[in-house]
Amino acid sequence: MSNVPAELRYAKSHEWLQVAADGIATVGITDYAQNSLGDITYVQLPKVGAVLKAGETFGVVESVKAASDVYAPVGGTVLAVNPALEANPEKVNSAPYADGWMLKLKLANPADAAGLLSAGDYTKAVG
Amino acid sequence: MVDFAGWDMPVQYKSILEEHKAVRQRCGLFDVSHMGEAEVRGPQALRFLQHLVTNDCSKLYPGRILYTVMCYPHGGVVDDLLVYMRGEHDYLLCINAGNIAKDIAWLQEQVQGFDCTVVDRSPDYAQLAIQGPRGAALVQTLTQTDLAGIKYYHFVQGEVAGVPCLISRTGYTGEDGFELYCAAGDGVRLAEAVVAAGGPFGLELTGLGARDSLRLEAGFPLYGHEITDQITPITAGLGWVVKFDKGPFIGSDVLQAEKLKGSAKKIVFFKTGDRRIVRAETPVLDATGAVVGRVVSGTLSPIINEAIGSALVDASALAAPLAVDIRGTKLNLQLVKPPFVPLKKS
Repeated sequence: MSNVPAELRYAKSHEWLQVAADGIATVGITDYAQNSLGDITYVQLPKVGAVLKAGETFGVVESVKAASDVYAPVGGTVLAVNPALEANPEKVNSAPYADGWMLKLKLANPADAAGLLSAGDYTKAVG
Repeated sequence: MVDFAGWDMPVQYKSILEEHKAVRQRCGLFDVSHMGEAEVRGPQALRFLQHLVTNDCSKLYPGRILYTVMCYPHGGVVDDLLVYMRGEHDYLLCINAGNIAKDIAWLQEQVQGFDCTVVDRSPDYAQLAIQGPRGAALVQTLTQTDLAGIKYYHFVQGEVAGVPCLISRTGYTGEDGFELYCAAGDGVRLAEAVVAAGGPFGLELTGLGARDSLRLEAGFPLYGHEITDQITPITAGLGWVVKFDKGPFIGSDVLQAEKLKGSAKKIVFFKTGDRRIVRAETPVLDATGAVVGRVVSGTLSPIINEAIGSALVDASALAAPLAVDIRGTKLNLQLVKPPFVPLKKS
């Protein structure tokens, strides 16, 4: 069973999103996603300041097995990318919801987050 | 788990990268029971093998193993294999799982007119590979056979954990280690004994993923990648297993002509200085951006922490810089004579 924290929101494409009190969202990929990919060897992230539309590709997560696109769960502006992933992409495997985060996003429309899956619905989606 | 030549096999148990490192630093256990085995026996077994394969089987003696390829008349490779000499007129071939049906048919066809027989023994054998610097010490705890007496590419018959085995000092990782061939029905018992004894030696279960990255890091070819029915051993850099002075064999005239004339294409090994994996079928480009070859194997070396691979490239393009385009980023190929890491095999 993969770990699906109750307090996060999820996209069907296996990204998670957590909106903090200041309205800034943190984005990463789920435990299910990192486990499916296997050893992650490279993470390609956008530039700070990039404006992402919901569903748009924001980067590539590469494992020994395959390279996979990752998608913005909601629209917004990239405020920060996780600098640790350049040298230590394996943090996405070891801590997908913590040290393995990928983006800080200023949401274009904070209400969009409510349209994502709950932990329960995501758990059902990954079966 | 993946389907591999009809076998349900693990790509990884925990982590390809961790399993890979375990084999370089400690030891790993691979279940390689999928590999095929063929027996060649009879008064003309040696004559037949000399006709069949490119290497010189007259150098064998009982207990000695030879790595070789067998080719089609046009020089392309049928398979690569190990030839074990068990006794006079008695040889065992270890062949690739994906090629068993094709190889056996080829052997049956080629053996016509020779006074010897070919028997497919693949279903009768399980095979376990214990690989890595601590592998020999681990296996030694399970056998009365003095393993120090078995040199690289030699074997003996013995017992490991009470299971009768062909104990072979060979492997596909570039590390010291053993491949144990036993009766199919004894495979689980042998594996359980190795695992039970493995703790103090840091043994890890290791899957197909690490098997592939270890062999590529060591510079060993994999059938279907560096060698195929369209890539000759000369093109693949395996000229050292092609012995023209032993007399004619299948494909020898074509291979000799290629050796004299020079190959139109060559298999080369490369690294990039970057972690992005350069996957098979990626086009290889020259300085003008023209396609001069294609990648045939690619992975990340967890030891040198950069992408490594092999490519089939036009020989005329090899003197100039080569590159690949990975999602819009140009990466230069640094050609390397493998192994990519120092190896300690005995």
